[in-house]
Amino acid sequence: MNDTPQDSLPSPTAKRQLDPALDSGLEPLEARTDAVKKRRDMPANLWMQCDGCSKLLYKPRVEEKLNVCPECNYHFEISSAKRIQMILDPASFEERFTNLSPLDPLGFRALKAYKDRLVETQHRTGLKDACVVGTGKIERIPVVFGVSDSRFLRGSMGSVVGEKIFRGVELARDLKYPFIFVSGSGGGARMDEGILSLMQMAKTSAALADLDRHGGLFISVLTNPTMGGALASFAALGDVVIAEPKALIGFAGPNVIRETIKADIPAGFQTSEFLLEHGFLDRIVNREDLRSTIASFLRMFVFRPA
Amino acid sequence: MAQQNIRGGLDFEAPILELENKIEELRSFSQTTQVDLSDQIEKLLERCNEKKRAIFANLSPWQKVLTARHPRRPLSSDYLQLMMDDFVELFGDRSFRDDPSIVTGFGRLGGHKVCVVGHRKGKDTAEKLACYFGCSHPEGYRKALVKMQLADKFGIPIITLINTPGAYPGVGAEERGQAFIIAKNLMEMARLRVPIICTVIGEGGSGGALGIGVGNRNLMLEHSYYSVISPEGCSAILWKNTEFKERAAEILKLTAEDLLGFGIIDEIVPEPPGGAHREPVRAAQSLKEAILRHLRELEKLSGEDLVKARYQKLKRMGVYEEETAGLLSLAGSA
Repeated sequence: MNDTPQDSLPSPTAKRQLDPALDSGLEPLEARTDAVKKRRDMPANLWMQCDGCSKLLYKPRVEEKLNVCPECNYHFEISSAKRIQMILDPASFEERFTNLSPLDPLGFRALKAYKDRLVETQHRTGLKDACVVGTGKIERIPVVFGVSDSRFLRGSMGSVVGEKIFRGVELARDLKYPFIFVSGSGGGARMDEGILSLMQMAKTSAALADLDRHGGLFISVLTNPTMGGALASFAALGDVVIAEPKALIGFAGPNVIRETIKADIPAGFQTSEFLLEHGFLDRIVNREDLRSTIASFLRMFVFRPA
Repeated sequence: MAQQNIRGGLDFEAPILELENKIEELRSFSQTTQVDLSDQIEKLLERCNEKKRAIFANLSPWQKVLTARHPRRPLSSDYLQLMMDDFVELFGDRSFRDDPSIVTGFGRLGGHKVCVVGHRKGKDTAEKLACYFGCSHPEGYRKALVKMQLADKFGIPIITLINTPGAYPGVGAEERGQAFIIAKNLMEMARLRVPIICTVIGEGGSGGALGIGVGNRNLMLEHSYYSVISPEGCSAILWKNTEFKERAAEILKLTAEDLLGFGIIDEIVPEPPGGAHREPVRAAQSLKEAILRHLRELEKLSGEDLVKARYQKLKRMGVYEEETAGLLSLAGSA
């Protein structure tokens, strides 16, 4: 379930030193992201290539469109800070639970130690872990809002992410606010925290069961990519589940499925559109309409004590 | 596969198998010749038991994984047969199909009415294939939920037996919402108002295991494992191939002792010397005793208290650092 955390791969050099012939049937994810990075950093940082349609795009124009491709409507991944800015009323967000930081309970060490990766990622992103939770307002309606950040170890869920979601849901229950979470965590459960990560799935789901019992509203927003342990727990449990277009959403990673069935997977498999067609999404919503759509749900589904 | 198959055994079991063979020979010799060899046999049995204890007390994490997957290891169907009275299997998810990779039904365990939900790996090749070797599809998890809700309605405690490499990763499984139905099980199991006792009897493969694994009590058989990802999968991600599975098994901390240490499970259920596959009857007795002990405790609690207790138990799961007014505290389950 945890087959796409690029961050947990060794550095390209380390891999090459290990054995250049080792690349099995699995896709060299890191090589692929490197290529993507290179493509994105084109002349003078003004041009980028779309991951969806491969067209050359003028960066300022993409940014103006909330990081959506003006040609094919591909939705690029964005940071938690940008997401908050896009969805919440200006300056309404107050982050909570900032005193929680990850530990390394397993002493997890492969080619690189988890501890070191945590410190490096914290320095690079300015985040303590892969999600941000707090209170804020959407069109003046108070909410508890959370969002995962894919820059932090692929937005994967370890103990801190689980705890923040758990406390966020409890806060929503106690304040009688709706709970909104925007998922975009590639790897799902964080392998480096082992079984403790897996248990966060049950923990966050239990919190949501309790919120549900109290008559609370949970709106789950799925963005590219929402896989594995995130989707198989809190992200799938919204009273309303919506997704951005063309996001990769599923349980098992495409590579694992390909390996298992020894065949190619159908085009469009595990996309938002695929999930809508099979009945698992309430709606696909373009990024530019996300704020107003969520606000309309908030007005429709008002807290009603059970 | 050098690790497997010394007469259906594992490499590290070889010294035990050797002694077992000798004992067997002596027994049949003494029977056919009427020569009394009970002294020698007794001595050999003693030595064999010592060997079993010595070897199985010091299994490496990878050897535990191999034991959990042992071709002769008792499966849910064995435990059902050995532990339960009047078990009636119920089929189907009332929605799509019957997934044989999860067995569900009702019966009595030591006089207590119980609902049992367990992964089924299959005994022979045909059954193994039909069960996808214990990898369930969404309909399997839905079937589990439907039967658990039936148990809930009539106040019947739930026993789950976990033994899966993982939920099935396939096209149909995704089309039918594998992640969504597992999530639903996690949410619904959290609020069932009956005692739930979950035991990993072999492989505890990630979300596929957890999908029937939210309980008031979580137990593991001594030589089972429970992990967020298989050692092979972990090795493939970290080292780009499955050659490092032994190392992966070590770093994942997936043994029963590890999980007890993290506060994830409540008890390790001892297996007979040499593993459950040597003496399935004793293994089943040991499991039955443990389940009944917890069941008697849990049956004293009200539905409301059971839900609360499960919630509090899950709330404690996790290890992180919490800074409070300049004080650092290590919170969590450890």
